[in-house]
Amino acid sequence: MSGDILSVAGVSKHFVGRRGVLDALRGRPMPVVHALEDVSLAIRRGETLGIVGESGCGKSTLARCLVGLHQPDAGSIAWDPAALGGRPRFRASQMVFQDPFGSLNPRLTVGSALAEVVGVHRLRPKSEIGARVRELLEQVHLPADAAQRYPHEFSGGQRQRIGIARALAAEPLMLIADEPVSALDVSVQAQIVNLFLELQERLALTLVFITHDLRLVRHLTERVAVMYLGRVVEVAETQALFADPRHPYTQGLLKAVPTIAQATRPAGPAITGELPSPLAPPPGCAFHPRCPIAVARCRTERPALLPDPAAPGLARERSAPDAHRVACHLAPQAAATAPA
Amino acid sequence: MNELLRVEQLGVVFHAARGRVYAVDGVDLAIAPGEVLGLVGESGSGKSVTLRAIARLLHEEAHITGRVLWQGRDLLTLPARALEQVRGAGIGTIFQEPMAALNPVLSIGLQIDESLRAHTGLDAAGRRARARELLDLVGIADAASRLRQYPHEFSGGMRQRAMIAIALAANPKLLLADEPTTALDVTIQDQILRLLLRLVSELSMAMLLVTHDLGVVASTCDRVAVMYAGRLCETGPTAQVLHAPRHAYTDALLRALPGEGAARARLQPIPGMPPRIDHPSPGCPFAPRCTHAEPRCDRERPAMQDVAPGRASACFAQDRLGVAA
Ligand SMILES: Nc1ncnc2c1ncn2[C@@H]1O[C@H](COP(=O)(O)OP(=O)(O)OP(=O)(O)O)[C@@H](O)[C@H]1O
Ligand SMILES: Nc1ncnc2c1ncn2[C@@H]1O[C@H](COP(=O)(O)OP(=O)(O)O)[C@@H](O)[C@H]1O
Ligand code: SF4
Ligand code: SF4
Ligand SMILES: [Mg+2]
Ligand SMILES: [Mg+2]
Repeated sequence: MSGDILSVAGVSKHFVGRRGVLDALRGRPMPVVHALEDVSLAIRRGETLGIVGESGCGKSTLARCLVGLHQPDAGSIAWDPAALGGRPRFRASQMVFQDPFGSLNPRLTVGSALAEVVGVHRLRPKSEIGARVRELLEQVHLPADAAQRYPHEFSGGQRQRIGIARALAAEPLMLIADEPVSALDVSVQAQIVNLFLELQERLALTLVFITHDLRLVRHLTERVAVMYLGRVVEVAETQALFADPRHPYTQGLLKAVPTIAQATRPAGPAITGELPSPLAPPPGCAFHPRCPIAVARCRTERPALLPDPAAPGLARERSAPDAHRVACHLAPQAAATAPA
Repeated sequence: MNELLRVEQLGVVFHAARGRVYAVDGVDLAIAPGEVLGLVGESGSGKSVTLRAIARLLHEEAHITGRVLWQGRDLLTLPARALEQVRGAGIGTIFQEPMAALNPVLSIGLQIDESLRAHTGLDAAGRRARARELLDLVGIADAASRLRQYPHEFSGGMRQRAMIAIALAANPKLLLADEPTTALDVTIQDQILRLLLRLVSELSMAMLLVTHDLGVVASTCDRVAVMYAGRLCETGPTAQVLHAPRHAYTDALLRALPGEGAARARLQPIPGMPPRIDHPSPGCPFAPRCTHAEPRCDRERPAMQDVAPGRASACFAQDRLGVAA
C-alpha cells in the first residue's frame, strides 16, 4: 500500500504566449506564461490526492504533465519501477476529463471506443476483447447494451461513466480526474463520486482528483496540494489541512467556501483582489499582493515549501513523508491568525 | 406581507421542434422590499426561464401564462413602452456570463453611459460623474482608466462587477441575478456575493438570486424557493428549509451533498435521472426518484400548502420528513 508511486521533482512548464504587432515592432520579448514553477510532489500508492486552487493556477497543466500530454520544461516525473511492474509509462496513468463528450469520438459506439483502447495497448487477445468491454461497462455500472449505443445517447452522468470506463480500459495504476463532476448536478455528482470510491477499493487505484469544490475535496481525498500561480504552496493530510490550514492563501480559500451550516458570511472578504497575471508573477512570495499578513521580506524573497515547524509530531520532520509542508515565511504566525 | 413583486401561477411553454417543453408550471413567488429570495434547483429545473419571464426577456416562441405583479401592474400585459420604464427604473438584471451580456465593441464607460442616459435625466457631466461613482460602488478601482477599457480587458470577476454597475445605473428596487457567481472562482464568488449583499442593504434593494448551490443560498438568502421540473417544491425562511425540509426532493438534495459525514463514506445520490419536461407527470414530477413516494404521488398533483408560518410545501410526505435521519 505505502510508498511513492510517482515523484514529481522541480517540474516547470512555460508557455510562450502571443505578442501584439506593436510589441513585436518595439522589440518586446514574447510573453511567457509561467503555468508551473518548480513543483515537487510525491504521490503515494493507492492514495487519493486532491489538487485545488483558483482557475489558471496550473492544475490542469500539472495533470497533463503527469499523464505525459505535456513535456515539462524542467524537472522530472519519475515512476517507481516496482510499481510499474513492466507497464509502459504512457499506460500507467490515465486521464478523466470534465467533459467526457469532448474526448469521445461521436462516430464510435461506446463498445468500439472501449475495444479500441484495449486493442491499441494489446491488453487482450482479439477473442477476449468483447468480454473485456462487458466487464468495463459492468465496472462503471452501465447496462451491457450501452456498448451498441453512441455517446450522444447518454446523459451527462452516464457519459462520465463512459469516460471512466475508457480510462480503465488501459488498466492504469493511477487515474487523474480533472474536474470530473464539475459539470454535473449534485444528485448525479454523488453517483460519480461513489463510483470513484468503489473503483479505488476494487482496483487499488491511485487517484489524483482536481476540483474547485473544496467540500468534495474534504470528503473524498486523503491529502491535498494547494496551488497558487503555478506553485504548490501547501500540502498536507486532508484532515490536517482543513482543521489547521497554515498558508494564508489556504486559510482564505477555506473561508470563502459557502457551506450549508453557515447562516451568514463571516465578516470581511476571505481574500481580497484577484489572481495576478501568470505572465508576470509577483516577485518574492507570489501571494504577497493579496496576503493580509505580508511583511517586507515577502516582496523579495520566495518562501520554500518546507515542513511547518509548528505542526504537531512527525508532521514537522523535514524528512517525514507525512509532513505538513507550507511555503510561507510566516507559517507559524499565520497559524495563530487562522480562522476557527 | 408587504410585497414588491408578486408572481402568480406563472407558466412557460416552449413550442420547440420536438414538441412542447413545459419549462415553468404554476409558479407562485413573492418578494418583499429589501428581501433576498433564493431560487434554487438543478440544471433544467426552470430557474432561468422563471427569471427571464419575470423580466419579459423570453422570445416570442415562449407561451407565457399567469401574472407578474409589480406595483399593482401586470408586467406580462404591459405595453412595450411602459415595460421599458419599469425595467429601467424598477428592475435590473445580471447574468452568469457577463461577456454575453456586455457589448464587446463598446467601452465599459459607454455601456454605463447608455444605461444612465436611458434611465436618468442626468446631463453628460452628471453621467460621467455618476459612472465613476458606480465603479467605485462595485469595487472597481482606478475608475477613470477602467471606464475607457473594453470587456475583454477585464477579468471574469471585474466583468461581473461592471455588469452590476450597469444594472445599478437606474437605481433599481429589485435585482434579478441569474447564477451571477457560478462561473467564478470561490474567492471571487465570495467577493461578489458580499458586494451584492452590501448593495442590497445600502440601496434598500431586493434581490432574486438564482443558483444551483445550496451553500450560496445558506449564506446569502433570507428566504428560498426550491424548484424541480418547472414546479415549485417548497418555500420558506432559508435556515428552516435547509435544516428541516418539508419536501422530499429538498430532503434528498441535501442528503446528496458531501457534508460533515465521515470522510470517504459513500454519498447518498438521488436514484434515477432528471425528469423529462416534454411529458409532464399528472402527479408529482419527483415520484419516479422519490423514496417517500406513495401510490397517489404518481397520479395526483400535490398542491402547495402552508406547513408553518411563512412556509409552504407541495409534497404528500411533508409531515413524514426529518423524523428518521
Ligand atoms: N497550451 C497553452 N498555451 C498557453 N498557455 C497555456 C496553455 N495551457 C495552459 N496555459 C496557461 O497556463 C496557466 C495554467 O493553466 P491551467 O489550465 O493549468 O490552469 P488550471 O489550474 O487548470 O485552471 P482551471 O481551474 O481554469 O481549469 C494559465 O494561465 C493558462 O492560461
Ligand atoms: N428557448 C427555449 N426553447 C425550448 N426550451 C427551452 C428554452 N429555454 C429553456 N428551455 C428549456 O426549459 C427548461 C428550463 O430551463 P432553464 O430555466 O434554463 O433551467 P435552469 O433551472 O437550469 O435555469 C429546460 O429543459 C430548457 O431546456
Ligand atoms: S510568505 Fe509572506 S506574503 Fe507569502 S503567504 Fe507568507 S506571509 Fe503572506
Ligand atoms: S409528493 Fe410524493 S413523490 Fe412527490 S416528493 Fe412528496 S412524497 Fe415524493
Ligand atoms: Mg483546468
Ligand atoms: Mg439557468
